[in-house]
Amino acid sequence: MEQEDKLRRRHAVARILADRGDTLVVTGLGSPTYDCAAAGDNPLNFYLWGAMGSAVTVGLGLALAQPQRRVLVITGDGEMLMGLGALATTAAKKPENFAVAVIDNEHYAETGMQRTHTHDGIDLAGIARACGFREATTVRRADELNEVVAMLHKAKGPIFVDIKVSAARDPLVLPPWDGTFLKTRFRQALLGVRAAA
Amino acid sequence: MTTQTVEDIRSDQDKSERVASASAPNWPQQIFQKLREAEVRQVVYVPDAGHARLIQLCHAAPEMKATVLTTEEEGIGILAGAWLGGERGILLMQSSGVGNCINTLSLAKMCHFPLVMIVTMRGQWGEINPWQVPMGQITADNLRLAGAVVYEVTEPESAATAVEAAMRIAFNGGYTAAVLLSQRMLGTKLFKD
Repeated sequence: MEQEDKLRRRHAVARILADRGDTLVVTGLGSPTYDCAAAGDNPLNFYLWGAMGSAVTVGLGLALAQPQRRVLVITGDGEMLMGLGALATTAAKKPENFAVAVIDNEHYAETGMQRTHTHDGIDLAGIARACGFREATTVRRADELNEVVAMLHKAKGPIFVDIKVSAARDPLVLPPWDGTFLKTRFRQALLGVRAAA
Repeated sequence: MTTQTVEDIRSDQDKSERVASASAPNWPQQIFQKLREAEVRQVVYVPDAGHARLIQLCHAAPEMKATVLTTEEEGIGILAGAWLGGERGILLMQSSGVGNCINTLSLAKMCHFPLVMIVTMRGQWGEINPWQVPMGQITADNLRLAGAVVYEVTEPESAATAVEAAMRIAFNGGYTAAVLLSQRMLGTKLFKD
């Protein structure tokens, strides 16, 4: 069965986050938010629960504000497709501390598993590369994923990795969804006393 | 052809600055001054002719990062990220861009991210292009429905103080605030060379 050979999204996200160090993480709504929560809640995770298409832009604004810190956006193929222009905006700014990982199951898992454009061959990494991301690649196997984890956390950006995963559903793991709490918790963890300003 | 020194070029720039500022209204300069005083660090925009001078000033300011967007709602995300990282920002757009922002405004509202928008109006006062009218006529209502505090400015001398007020309420309270600059003060685009 084809599905069984594919990467599982929870394994992929847990593998990436195992090496995060002090990386700042922004998650796209839906499954990537649950995947990151399942890997372990962290005050330096900013979970999006809405504003579809905004994951890359939130990460970009953060990367520009915190050039000394690594920023990683973990989002889905449907969320990424809604904000493709953000890849052009990002590439134009050339943030060296910025990476995007798309957990690409080629479906809209939240709304009934309708196919996304990536199922029909639309190449997100190709789009990122054409925009001018420093590195942009697609991985399908565990060994390929292992090879790009360090790149996501360390290599000079902007970096883009499309990770093809199985469309199988995982148990829901819901992080907090009080936006004000998530914002303030993140700022406190990152900025300390400056968070109050 | 004579060779220009750096000093010559600077002097030419100064001269053209003086000419420009003598003939152009100075509200963009006044708004820019308020942005500086408020320690705005990120300026994100989809350009409009009415914003051209302010955009120039922000690009030239060493402490500001100016980012052009492919669509206005990107700016809401970027400024949310900027705030997470400890920086203040501002979003510049034309009224037609407000429609693009509606769902993304929920990000600012749900998290109480401060969001300041300066919107140059089209489709409003003396508009020649009828295609601008549908969005221009519902811009202020749309913003209010989305929960924004709206300041409508018709006189150039009120622009900077309105921006200052919008920044205060947004940065202090986590509100969304929009300053709408009327075509009465910007003038009408006439479609003539």
